[in-house]
Amino acid sequence: MSIRIENLTKRFKADSVLDDVSFEVPAGETLVLFGPSGAGKTVLLRCIAGAVEADEGSVWLNGKDATDLPPEDRGLGMAFQNFALFPHMSAEQNIASPLEARRIPKAGIASGVRRVAELLKIDHVLDHAPRELSNGQKQRTALARALVAAPDLLLLDDPLRNVDAKLRFEMRLELPRLLADRGATVIYVTQDYKEAMALGQTVAVLDGGRIAQIGTPEDIYLRPASRAISRLFGDPTINLLDVTPEVDERGVFVSLSGHRVPLSPGYEEAVGRSAVLGLRPEAVLFAETGFPVQIEAETPLNEKTITLTTTARGREVFVSRPAGAPGPSGDKAYLTVEGAATLLFDKATGARIEPASGADEVAA
Amino acid sequence: MHHHSPIERVLRGIALLIVVLFFMFPIFWILLMSLQTNETILRSPPSIVFEPTLSNYAAIIAGRLDSNVASMGIDFMSNLMNSVILSVGSVALALVLGVPAAYAFARHKFRGSEDIAFTLLSFRFAPPLLVLLPLTLYFQQIGLADTYFGLIWVYQLICLPLILWIVRGYFEDISPDVEHAYRIAGHSWFSTFRRISLPLAAPGIAAAALLAFIFAWNNFIFALVLASADKQPVTVGALAFVTASGIQYGQIAAAVVLSITPTLALALYAQRYLVEGLSLGAVKG
Repeated sequence: MSIRIENLTKRFKADSVLDDVSFEVPAGETLVLFGPSGAGKTVLLRCIAGAVEADEGSVWLNGKDATDLPPEDRGLGMAFQNFALFPHMSAEQNIASPLEARRIPKAGIASGVRRVAELLKIDHVLDHAPRELSNGQKQRTALARALVAAPDLLLLDDPLRNVDAKLRFEMRLELPRLLADRGATVIYVTQDYKEAMALGQTVAVLDGGRIAQIGTPEDIYLRPASRAISRLFGDPTINLLDVTPEVDERGVFVSLSGHRVPLSPGYEEAVGRSAVLGLRPEAVLFAETGFPVQIEAETPLNEKTITLTTTARGREVFVSRPAGAPGPSGDKAYLTVEGAATLLFDKATGARIEPASGADEVAA
Repeated sequence: MHHHSPIERVLRGIALLIVVLFFMFPIFWILLMSLQTNETILRSPPSIVFEPTLSNYAAIIAGRLDSNVASMGIDFMSNLMNSVILSVGSVALALVLGVPAAYAFARHKFRGSEDIAFTLLSFRFAPPLLVLLPLTLYFQQIGLADTYFGLIWVYQLICLPLILWIVRGYFEDISPDVEHAYRIAGHSWFSTFRRISLPLAAPGIAAAALLAFIFAWNNFIFALVLASADKQPVTVGALAFVTASGIQYGQIAAAVVLSITPTLALALYAQRYLVEGLSLGAVKG
């Protein structure tokens, strides 16, 4: 089922929770709605489900205007972040409810419930009441209820938010395959950037009720539209340093603690402007020469090591290096930057300063 | 669990004992009185040693009131029946009207909804005597005076606000997401109300119905003014024991015991519901 959202606006009292949101998901694709809490993701999902009425704008399902359709006639499946299981029904009755609504005979309901329960490994707790289920089992019961009737459109509201880390990791691997098998259109809400990267063909970043950027996960990671978005993706978060780009005979550069850090070509336009340099922690390397820093703390995470350093002026810089890569030996070190991996933002607006066209090819 | 020192426990026990004595002693005394003749009741000083007799109950159930001067008929059993009809009828009507209204007030905020809900609650503030005089006149004109239906209608002043406000709170406690989830699953609005909202609010509905029943059962003034002898509930019927030849304490006591038995039994039975209702709110699935 294809879905199109047009100029959706929702206000609660004076605050607008959704502000002129428009996007489109072709049939069979997965869109990840990503954003910090309070960005309006859940409200947007509820507007699509019909549980909340939008003030303005429209929702189109399969090319038909569904804005005023009651939720039961939209034919979609939804898993809630708080699970929203029916507390007075067993897990089995919970999962069966969409099939009952579709007037499927009893035998069909039983086998349908069993099939999806086995898939999600909750077939042994089907006769339990929701309060007797662990969080992981509740989450999978809610997911099973959303999946059981094989809806063409699945709305998943941060389904892995309230489950433990191990299960979250497993589900993050399983879920894309599960969803792909069904061929359903999926809108997946999350505030975990790793989940967004793992699941989305397309990621829509929602911030303050507006779509801040739509693109592939790589796009958003490598070419974030603004400083705010660059901070949302990545762990540890991107290093942001106030700089003023300068130019000399060797090209555009910024100066960090007196050390010249060259920028990739194309940034001539930014020279002399107040800007913010964005450095991904993995693009910062320990080296023999470079700008000097003080080592503050080091966190080994097995697959990588995160080092917190401070520059001469006390600005914090995170450095991430793969496990086994040589690290600093004392409490002083020098850092260099991979030129192509730097980002530059306008200090006043926060918008990314794009290198002039063709610059990427030159850099490559 | 809290741990208490022995002294604290003893003091707590004593306090509870005082409370129980204070509230239960009148009931206990009435029970004793109902098993005595007027002579032993009026003896001074009173004593709890006496020869129990069931003559008071016999007189009430047979409908004959014998005093030392005369004997008169009294239809206490039909009063009891009237009480049952009026209380059950008015609680049933209040549930039919009040539960959907409570749901509407809990879920749909419309213009003036708070004002309407508050107006309904304010029926409980007004002294009944304020409305009784005009009500009597209206009822005589439209032929509702001295009918069960007319009384049940007026009893809505007691039952409806109670049910509306208690049940509304229970509906508000149900997560709207649970209802949304059921509708998204493909069920209609009405089926969601019937299969999700009603069962989840059931403990609250039971508690409210119980309270409304007790209030309706204990009502005196509406029935006194609006009902004639054959529609009177026990509360009004008990007045008949105040006779020209004296007050029949033994029979009054027996009548009181008979009339509080249904509400007492209901309250004891529904205690479970009340506790369940409260704990369901605390551990939401």
